[in-house]
Amino acid sequence: MANDLILRVVTKWLSPIIILFALYVQFHGDYSPGGGFQAGVIFSSAILLYSLTYGLDAALQLIPEYILRIGASLGVLIYGGVGVASMILGGNFLNYSVLASTPVAGQHLGIIIIELGVGITVASVMVLLFFTFARRVAPE
Amino acid sequence: MSLVVNLVLLVFLLVMALAVLKTRHLFAMAMLFGLYSLLVAGLFVVLDAPDVAFTEAAVGTGISTVLMLVTLASIKDGHELVSTQKSRTAPLIICIIMGGLLIYGTHDIAELGDPQSAPHMQVAARYIEKGQEETGVPNLVTAVLASYRGFDTLGEVTVVLTAGIGVLMLLGSRKKLRIKEVSNGK
Repeated sequence: MANDLILRVVTKWLSPIIILFALYVQFHGDYSPGGGFQAGVIFSSAILLYSLTYGLDAALQLIPEYILRIGASLGVLIYGGVGVASMILGGNFLNYSVLASTPVAGQHLGIIIIELGVGITVASVMVLLFFTFARRVAPE
Repeated sequence: MSLVVNLVLLVFLLVMALAVLKTRHLFAMAMLFGLYSLLVAGLFVVLDAPDVAFTEAAVGTGISTVLMLVTLASIKDGHELVSTQKSRTAPLIICIIMGGLLIYGTHDIAELGDPQSAPHMQVAARYIEKGQEETGVPNLVTAVLASYRGFDTLGEVTVVLTAGIGVLMLLGSRKKLRIKEVSNGK
């Protein structure tokens, strides 16, 4: 598929828009439908589209695999870290109310951070799954 | 209007399901499953669940279809389903019994949008009344998922990570596999 001009051009135009939409779903998830999981899968679908058109090697250049491995663990670490941070600040595990000066602000901050963690993990694992499967396809 | 949209989506779902049953070509089957997921995503939009529709459209239509196609591309043969001459009565009976049980089970489900149903009386009412002033997040779905049900979501993310690790452990070591193939070949 790497030689199809239309596919290449459309992919080049479409992937940044998909990524932008993923970021919107991620960071606007507290006002509009969406959240970390949705943003993660939308982001990873952009990377999948790119690597389907341009090949696995180009996608691996874009995002090396070790970054994905780190990202997958980092997301869970961020999520758990927020829980531990709220314990250190005197609340229960994952009680975000103590994170900021007022409980409501703390809740809002906690929700944004853990959604970011969810998004990083989901996006990394989805792309990692695709890379792992795609590497088994024998080169023609 | 909603009825017409529902009717069209459900009829196409039925057509897709029958087409999946009918086709023998696995590539076509994977694509039909993708279309099936797209229709389900449309149904979720009609049911006012855009969050789930996002996920279904991205995972069901996009990622899982691509993973199935990649899996098919990575195996040499077996792209056609081989039909066996075995008797089909036993599977048919099992399907009818399972379907009957599922239809029987739907009698206990509350009517769609019924405000008097059990889940809407207890905890959902509390979320709707207090959710916004307690979390400051206008989107109640996010508030419930991330704050009230924070433990569940942490578990969910851990499951995703565990699934990724599992796949990496099973399929990740490409180099070892190659060495084995080469040594077997010679």
